[in-house]
Amino acid sequence: MLKLDSVSKVYRVGAFGGGELRAVSDVSFEVGEGEVVSLIGESGSGKSTLGRMILRLASVSSGTITLDGRDISSIRDRKEYYRQVQGVFQDPFSCYNPVFRADRVFEMIKEQYFPRLGAAEWRTRVETALESVRLDPGNVLGKYPHQLSGGQLQRMLIARAVLLDIRLLVADEIISMLDASTRIDVLNLLADLRARGLGILFVTHDLSLGNYVSDRTVVLRNGKIVEMGRTDLVFGAPAHPYTRSLLASVPRLHAKWTDEVVEDVPCAYHEAQEESRTRPGLAEVEDGHFVACSGCAGAAAEEKKIKEKA
Amino acid sequence: MALNVTDLRVYYRTLRGEVKALDGVTFSVADGEIMGLAGESGSGKSTLAKSLIRLDGRMRHVGGTVELDGKTMPLSDDTGMDRFRFREVSLIPQYSMSALNPTRKIGKMVGELLESRGERPERAELERRLELVGLSKDVLDRYPIELSGGMKQRVVMVVSTLLNPSLLIADEITSALDVSSQKAVATTLLGFRDRGLVTSMMVVTHDISLVYQIADTIMVMYAGRLAEKAPADVLVTAPRHPYTKQLISALPEVGVRYEDRRLTGIPGNPPSLLKPPGGCRFRDRCPLAFEQCAEQPPFAEVAPGHFVACWKAE
Amino acid sequence: MRNEALHFALRNRKLVVGTVVIAVFLVAGLAGPLMFDHGPNDYVGPAMAPPSGEFWFGTTTFGQDVFAQFVYGLRATFLVGVLGGVLAAAVGMVVGFVAGYRGGWVDELLNMLTNIVLVLPALVVLLIINAYLGVRSIGVQALFIGLTSWPWAARAIRAQTFSLRSRDFVDLARLSGVRTPKIILREIAPNMSSYLFLTFILLFGSAILVAASLDFIGLGPTQGVSLGLMLNNAARWSALQLGLWWWFIPPGAGITAIVGALYVMNVGLDEVFNPKLREM
Repeated sequence: MLKLDSVSKVYRVGAFGGGELRAVSDVSFEVGEGEVVSLIGESGSGKSTLGRMILRLASVSSGTITLDGRDISSIRDRKEYYRQVQGVFQDPFSCYNPVFRADRVFEMIKEQYFPRLGAAEWRTRVETALESVRLDPGNVLGKYPHQLSGGQLQRMLIARAVLLDIRLLVADEIISMLDASTRIDVLNLLADLRARGLGILFVTHDLSLGNYVSDRTVVLRNGKIVEMGRTDLVFGAPAHPYTRSLLASVPRLHAKWTDEVVEDVPCAYHEAQEESRTRPGLAEVEDGHFVACSGCAGAAAEEKKIKEKA
Repeated sequence: MALNVTDLRVYYRTLRGEVKALDGVTFSVADGEIMGLAGESGSGKSTLAKSLIRLDGRMRHVGGTVELDGKTMPLSDDTGMDRFRFREVSLIPQYSMSALNPTRKIGKMVGELLESRGERPERAELERRLELVGLSKDVLDRYPIELSGGMKQRVVMVVSTLLNPSLLIADEITSALDVSSQKAVATTLLGFRDRGLVTSMMVVTHDISLVYQIADTIMVMYAGRLAEKAPADVLVTAPRHPYTKQLISALPEVGVRYEDRRLTGIPGNPPSLLKPPGGCRFRDRCPLAFEQCAEQPPFAEVAPGHFVACWKAE
Repeated sequence: MRNEALHFALRNRKLVVGTVVIAVFLVAGLAGPLMFDHGPNDYVGPAMAPPSGEFWFGTTTFGQDVFAQFVYGLRATFLVGVLGGVLAAAVGMVVGFVAGYRGGWVDELLNMLTNIVLVLPALVVLLIINAYLGVRSIGVQALFIGLTSWPWAARAIRAQTFSLRSRDFVDLARLSGVRTPKIILREIAPNMSSYLFLTFILLFGSAILVAASLDFIGLGPTQGVSLGLMLNNAARWSALQLGLWWWFIPPGAGITAIVGALYVMNVGLDEVFNPKLREM
């Protein structure tokens, strides 16, 4: 459904925009229907930039993002695109205009997409959407944002996206600001949406959350993919040292941190067969499990070999 | 006993009345103990941390006492508290990144800070401590803007422990950090205690799995009151308060997958602290609630070092 | 929210006093001229008569009714203030919103324009315009004031817009397919409505002040009457030396009171809108 093909984002920095900052470089992956893909990375990994590019809130510097084979930047009518692709962001409180009632986010959708629909019909739709995210309509409609909790606000935003019958949801760190007791409900909600055939891109820095809900995982570092594949493979047998170190630093509830063992594992990318390097910079170490070079000396050695041949 | 808190009450003044943010908490922290203080937003954990350092203009000390090493702290006397700050109790604030004056070099700022406390800065000791948290002494000649967020955090950590306080309070200091820096910061805290730079520590956080990594004991707060306090292992593996139980079972861990085991959150919301209901404040969300819960359960010791405020906890 | 603002507005003494003063002058300016069947510049009485029952504020050297001039002048003064203030606020808002929201080269271009107008020596330009335009009306004066006094408003609005446009609710509106002008109007502007109102009040006050100074130095309208022109005439015909205090005190006091009341209102409004300044 959604496909990213060597997408990059370059920011001009410094005086007169002389310098360049590559926030995202050559990222390619897909999100299928009914699939949750989690995009995991630390701050500065470019994960949010990717989310914003998919939502067309930021421009793509090079590469293409396609929806059903159609370049999204060629879809002139933004509304047509947003009817299919929606986003939910990290801070539920700042997603609501503090001056207005919280349910204005629904009114905006009605105004833009269903201007002809009757008020009663619309109200039923809103109530159904709210019930589908396990909110009591009577409890949340007509209230101001500051009268509702973060979890309620976040669920209303998901309900807003659901009203549009979307096919892809970009969920950017949507639970990191929520309390632990309501977090899991929102996470379960994503899983329910997936069961309805929605594709979900779940952007997070929290590995355990990503692990809980996603089918496939993409690990980003400094704007590049270091590892991706089925979640059980990536988490069960991480092939990149960065993924391993991330996993080692995640605080777990029933196991304390161990002092890192200095590992001397050979670089998975350069160990792999030449034929398995099916994507630029990534080697397929097992079925659908890709890994990038760990930054070993192999790259330089190979380059030398190629030069010598020439 | 390093810290003894008895029936402490601190309320917030608002336009709509007083918010009972901290409503009668009694506990103690032993010498050498690292206590994790966990709770959700509005549980009163940050109010408790702040009360031990400085009450801001909207906070009012309503009742209860705080004793540190046998001395009673004058919570509502701002100047009287100066004797305690830095020397006896010290705080690493949540946003330490912005706690540094951007126009001063780090070294100069530390010097001024110590002078204001009537202490003479010892350069050698300062450098030794910076080294301890993995910073080179060069940072003293740099401006805050030249340091990364994690580095600034560590500078603040060094500054707040410079006078070897007997109690160090860390207020949500890891929540804005990446996982890898979280681990580094948390282990640094552990190092402070192990090297005897601070006697005891209170680590305030919303992340139980993180505090479990370094704490000896964990105390859980709910709606301005204490729910449970126990040794970290016990609290995580065998919690007795229904709130703690539900909270811990709601945490996804690496390895737990939605398909295998669907976790559930706690239904409902915490009560408003403007007019909190009588009795146990978790009652409305509690699956075990019965008539007696209309009465406030005591924070009782059910096993050595294990306190629970619940009628159903044996 | 609205009721809360109203609640504090009615209890704010500065705001109430300022509003009452403005209202009194406004009523005088609107209703006053209806009392006379002669124009403000007609020679209706004895020359240099002190205030009396017939001529409340006395007469000028030429026997013109000072009170009639005063109420007509109030009209002109309010007109210049409103027209100039509205124009400046409109230009400042458009430039500020667009520059702040669009950013990039649009912002740079508009910023350059703002800075040029900001450093433009308004008086010199006016002298030049004066040389070309023989006849000046109040409208032309308001137009000129409006077109030269918007820059600081534009800069302030730009800064506010800049910080608001990166808020998530603006992104959400974009994701809802709402178009840019509507986002500015419906999402960004309401969040700074109090700020915009304050901006207008200040522009209104400064337009009156600028108009009065222009009138006084002889660059005012060539026809009609205004408080500034009254002062100008009083000075020209040596009212001070002749002891005709009733000729220059009313217009001077009027300008001072109006502009002063507007600034007091501004401070009061600031307290109403800004919860931090509210006295608890």
